[in-house]
Amino acid sequence: MEILKLLGILIVVIGFVLKLDSILIIMVAAIVTALVSGIDPVTFLETLGSSFVSNRSMCTFIIVLVLTGTLERNGLKQAAADLMAKFKNASSGLIIGIYGIIRLIFGAFNISVGGAASFIRPIVMPMAQAIAEKDGHPINEEYLEQLKGMSSAMDNVAWFFGQVLFVGTSGMLLVQSTLADLGYEVALIDLASVQIPVALIATATAIVYYFIKDKKLAKKYVGGDKA
Amino acid sequence: MISPIDYFMSADYTMSDKLLEIMYFLLGLISIYVAIRNLQDKTNEKRIGTFIFWFLLGLMFVLGPWIPSMYTGILMFLMVLSPIFKQVKAGSEPSPTQDEMIKNYKKIGFKVFIPALSIGLFALAAALFTSISPLFGMGVGVVVGIILLMIFSKDNKPIVFLKDGRRMLDIVGPLSMLPTLLAALGAVFTTAGVGDVISDLVSVIIPEGNVVIGIIVYAIGMALFTMVMGNAFAAITVMTVGIGAPFVLAYGADPVIIGSLALTCGYCGTLCTPMAANFNIVPVAVLEMKDDYGVIKNQVLIAGIMLVVQIIMMIVLS
Repeated sequence: MEILKLLGILIVVIGFVLKLDSILIIMVAAIVTALVSGIDPVTFLETLGSSFVSNRSMCTFIIVLVLTGTLERNGLKQAAADLMAKFKNASSGLIIGIYGIIRLIFGAFNISVGGAASFIRPIVMPMAQAIAEKDGHPINEEYLEQLKGMSSAMDNVAWFFGQVLFVGTSGMLLVQSTLADLGYEVALIDLASVQIPVALIATATAIVYYFIKDKKLAKKYVGGDKA
Repeated sequence: MISPIDYFMSADYTMSDKLLEIMYFLLGLISIYVAIRNLQDKTNEKRIGTFIFWFLLGLMFVLGPWIPSMYTGILMFLMVLSPIFKQVKAGSEPSPTQDEMIKNYKKIGFKVFIPALSIGLFALAAALFTSISPLFGMGVGVVVGIILLMIFSKDNKPIVFLKDGRRMLDIVGPLSMLPTLLAALGAVFTTAGVGDVISDLVSVIIPEGNVVIGIIVYAIGMALFTMVMGNAFAAITVMTVGIGAPFVLAYGADPVIIGSLALTCGYCGTLCTPMAANFNIVPVAVLEMKDDYGVIKNQVLIAGIMLVVQIIMMIVLS
């Protein structure tokens, strides 16, 4: 029964959907696949071992963490916040866009300056909200909700497409090793350079979209007739 | 299998590979350091399990390439038991206080960006100007960054970096091993011939030799599979082995373009799914939003546009 070999994939899908422990899911899927395909325990362990050795590159983040922790201690986040604050005369939508550009650039250098808890809530949202309340009225609730949604979305888009520009990001290392298993040798720098236009288009699209959306919302909810 | 001495003396291995081996050895030592610090940490109630996890990981780095792969496999198997039985926990290394960070920022200022950017710059420089792996360049960038921070402030002693490194590793925890474990799962799939089974099934849908349809199915499949699982890393192995290789790459499409873009097609899926809770649901809670899908709704349009853009790039460029 060849089709039984897909049992491992089924386990991964069901396990992830049910949010079971990820590591448990992966190990169970590996063991079940080995059992139904008649892989003996020695070959199974050898496969795990040689896969680890050839994929050690995926753990190079460990060495980076030795630096990032102390960078934070030395005020990296405060510096980024100060950089943002230089643009306080922009519109709320533009603030979100500027944050996106900063997030993208740092992402391309494998530095995660951002995220909802550490950057959007304490820095981006207060700035965006202050601009929307310039006329002296508290911000409309729906407008505030949309600003929060757009900030987080900008954060994700810029981070996802930014980090793949870094030569040696874990996603591309996985692509490289997957292709190598199939007999295709590719260089990390080439994988990253393919992403340059993608990152530019994605970030530009997001910036323009949120800028226009914010303008429309601002027109609807801020100033004029509600004063 | 080869002894370390023979390996480093041999001319059969490139300088780049040898340098990487040294870096992996250091990585192992960092991991063992984290293990021992946690073992000594009386406040960590799961200190034994935490120790076992990081110690075995360190051993795999230090010994991995020099012992038969079966033993490395056994170490990996033992290593994952700790997190599976919930025996790994972050220790009590204190985070820097707000006051300390502000004080340091006042002292150092925007110069703090230089060491932050050095990691990426050195990785890029290694890739562009040398035949040495960009990963080793990344390691050099880290060392340069550390030296710069030590110059900027006398408070940044070597022990500070070690302690902060341990704190960060404690925070990322065993889940940071996910890509490594997924790659191992992919290797088991390949040994078992899972890819052949999928491609037999999919060949019913994709007409043989039609690369364009192959690309479209592969790209959309990546996005959908990622949406279901909430994780592009899990999708890329299965989809590439099952669809990407037999229906796209086998017909001569450029593996660089196809492989690279397939991953970001998966990311388009990540933007659209509540399964990727970290990115799409956690911010809703953190920002106290009313609509659970308030983040995703702002991303769907971008994801759709980018999926189309990337499919066109795959077809045109390869």
